[in-house]
Amino acid sequence: MADLIAWVMVLAIAAYACAGGTDYGAGFWDLVAGGAERGKRPRWLIDHAMAPVWEVNNVWLIFVLVIMWTGFPTMFQAVFSAMWLPLALAAIGLVLRGAGFALRMPARRLAQRRIYGAMFAVSSLLTPFFLGAVLGGIASGRVEVGTTAAADAWANGTSVLAGLLAVAATAFLGAVFLCSDARRFGADDLVDYFRVRALLAFAVVAVLALIGLPVTHSDARYVWEGLTGGLGLLLVLLAAVCGLATVLLLLRRSFGWSRCTSVASVALTVGAWGFAQRPYVLPTSLTVAEAAGAAHTLRWLVIVTVVAIVLVGPAVVLLYRLDTMGELEELTDADTGAAGAPGDNL
Amino acid sequence: MLSTAALLANNPPDQLLPARELMAFTLASHILLVPFGVALPSITLLMHHRALRRNDAVALTLARRWSAVMAVQFAIGVVTGTVLSFELGLLWPGMMGRWGDVFGLGFGVEAWAFFLEAVLIAIYLYGWRRLKPWTHFWLAVPLPLAALMGAFGIIAANSWMNTPQGFSLDAHGNPVHVDVRQAVFTPIFGPEYWHFVVAMFLTAGYLVAGVYAVGWLRGRRDRYHRLGFTLPFTVAAILTPVQFMLGDSAARAVFHKQPVKFAATEIVWKTDTHVPEYMFGRLNSDGTISGGLKIPQLDSILAGFKPSTRVTGLTSVPAADRPTAVQATIAHWAFDIMVTIGSVLILLALWYAWSWWRHRDLPRSRWFFRCAAVAGVACLVTVECGWITTEVGRQPWIVYNHMRVSEAVTSTRAGSLWAMLGIVVVVYVAVFGAFLAVVLKMRTRWRIADEGSAATRAALPPETDTPYGPRSEPDPAAAGAAPGGGSDHTPGGAS
Repeated sequence: MADLIAWVMVLAIAAYACAGGTDYGAGFWDLVAGGAERGKRPRWLIDHAMAPVWEVNNVWLIFVLVIMWTGFPTMFQAVFSAMWLPLALAAIGLVLRGAGFALRMPARRLAQRRIYGAMFAVSSLLTPFFLGAVLGGIASGRVEVGTTAAADAWANGTSVLAGLLAVAATAFLGAVFLCSDARRFGADDLVDYFRVRALLAFAVVAVLALIGLPVTHSDARYVWEGLTGGLGLLLVLLAAVCGLATVLLLLRRSFGWSRCTSVASVALTVGAWGFAQRPYVLPTSLTVAEAAGAAHTLRWLVIVTVVAIVLVGPAVVLLYRLDTMGELEELTDADTGAAGAPGDNL
Repeated sequence: MLSTAALLANNPPDQLLPARELMAFTLASHILLVPFGVALPSITLLMHHRALRRNDAVALTLARRWSAVMAVQFAIGVVTGTVLSFELGLLWPGMMGRWGDVFGLGFGVEAWAFFLEAVLIAIYLYGWRRLKPWTHFWLAVPLPLAALMGAFGIIAANSWMNTPQGFSLDAHGNPVHVDVRQAVFTPIFGPEYWHFVVAMFLTAGYLVAGVYAVGWLRGRRDRYHRLGFTLPFTVAAILTPVQFMLGDSAARAVFHKQPVKFAATEIVWKTDTHVPEYMFGRLNSDGTISGGLKIPQLDSILAGFKPSTRVTGLTSVPAADRPTAVQATIAHWAFDIMVTIGSVLILLALWYAWSWWRHRDLPRSRWFFRCAAVAGVACLVTVECGWITTEVGRQPWIVYNHMRVSEAVTSTRAGSLWAMLGIVVVVYVAVFGAFLAVVLKMRTRWRIADEGSAATRAALPPETDTPYGPRSEPDPAAAGAAPGGGSDHTPGGAS
């Protein structure tokens, strides 16, 4: 039962990495889109593509946390004690990011948009970095039950690399999705704009992964071996194949499928990490069985999860379908009957 | 003196104070948005239904404008709520580590319910333009249920902290034999849940109505303001007496299930019968009470309907196991403020009911609208007070009688926590300030447009535009009101 919950948690992390990652990636491209004039079109696309789905994408994170503290309370306690600073910064990043994005939409002055946009974009870069660094710290065995908060837990080679990898992967996902969004919104010039960026981001991911091999070899020994052998290796290879397939599909401008393969490559990577870390939740000090909460609770957690999937699954599918069909648009000023106010310059 | 000495002897860790302040600040901020998250969708749907049923363009405008506000408010609510789940780990790892598997399932229910809510609200907020009118409406109908389900999860967790059960302890004091059903449906759960849910609807109703009451006072007495006031105010006015009963029964549930908390909220020092009720007043650490209005016998009567009811006092437990005199006074004031405001709101609701019964119309008095304008803010105060009562009244326990707040707190240095508190305060003030500014700006835009269209209405033919459906061209009224002002997001457009 504990193993099942552990896999549910890995799946939830994978879902967050894919759904939330796409959003973070969009924020990353918002950040590097240039000045107000040059970045106007990409930012317009990012706003419209993200708006209906970003909140849903971020709810996966809450779900990950809930499974963690209900299913593996000791692990939750250990991680949040040892990784105090990066998690606190990630939480603040989440606030700035969401608030910045939500407040930018109704703003009608350039100066306001700049501030809110900067809040959104900078924290879109920092939040995945810190979350990645936390995962890196866990994978390299720096978190044990009773570890107190210290910089070493997350400011080390493996953590920094994992953080950068997280940023690069989100940028990759974001760009791939924005390609097809650009086509959906009929902005053909932006299709190529984001296509180049997707390929670039993939190259960075590949380079970081190669750098990671020697860096993590001795530092995160257990996970390294798990990733280079057995099922872990198989999933890593599949992820690489999916990544390369995405590149091919992007080059052939097949944007519908490229989304699937890019999501698959990220999800498979998370899955590979899950396999590599077996049977530990905190390598190499705490196993899944040791960390598991009360059996009765775990059984109920499974029931709640199943019921929820039955309820939420169709709703999520409906939302993503409506979104990709272009049925979801925000209310405009004309719809709510709003007029310009003095001082508006947009 | 006694309780202070005991606390000093216990030597609470340095990080306790900043951790507590951080939690209090973020939760106090988030709770201001909760009424809207839980109840605004329902109120908007009521208005939306009216718009569709009667083909009422004014109602449709109101529903759309509330949606536009909801879009921003929901986003801020999501992120400030996410912070709270982080803080459970960042500030109280001791509680989650030991008790997470006992009471965490409530949060599991909440997470999924919230997921559903986020999906449905996204479809609702972004479905106005392209979905078919009734399809759009019906897709949003499960929203209130999802909101109630989410509240269920959170209140289940909180009421477990107040009246923990559903486990037994092994030799090391660790919980074993967890029974989830018992842990979710704890004794205080029912009273706390209904009191909370109704409070959310009440607050959202009065606040939304208050916006239009202000407009009414400023002389904007058109149908738009009338409808915008009447619908949410009616919802809130109907619920006000209901809430009074629920609050009363919740207080009595606390009397039975958490006697020491009840003693703190009523500043009862010694266990006794014929206990007087104090309105406000301050409890001193020697058990005397300064100031306040003393009503003989009343506390016993309220608790058990007769003066001979025995009320447990604070001194029934050792000083280290009960709130300090200051904490008790805080809980007492919060409770009394909540009850006072609630009672005044009943009078307001009665005034409204009387007016409808006699004249079939809104009251004419400006004083009614002045009161209605501040009722929403007063309700937010009661929400804060209710939460302070239940949290401060539980001190020093985080899990009542099982874990102290000081045992649950993180081991991170106090300095880091203070620094984090500083950053969070700055960020939250900025975010909430910007949120308020954005909403007020929206209101200004709408008012300018409405005033403009009222002026041009004489010149234009009556409503020819279909209220629903994608609009290929700008609304004539809005464009007429502000030439080149309303920036429309068309694909590829400049925005």
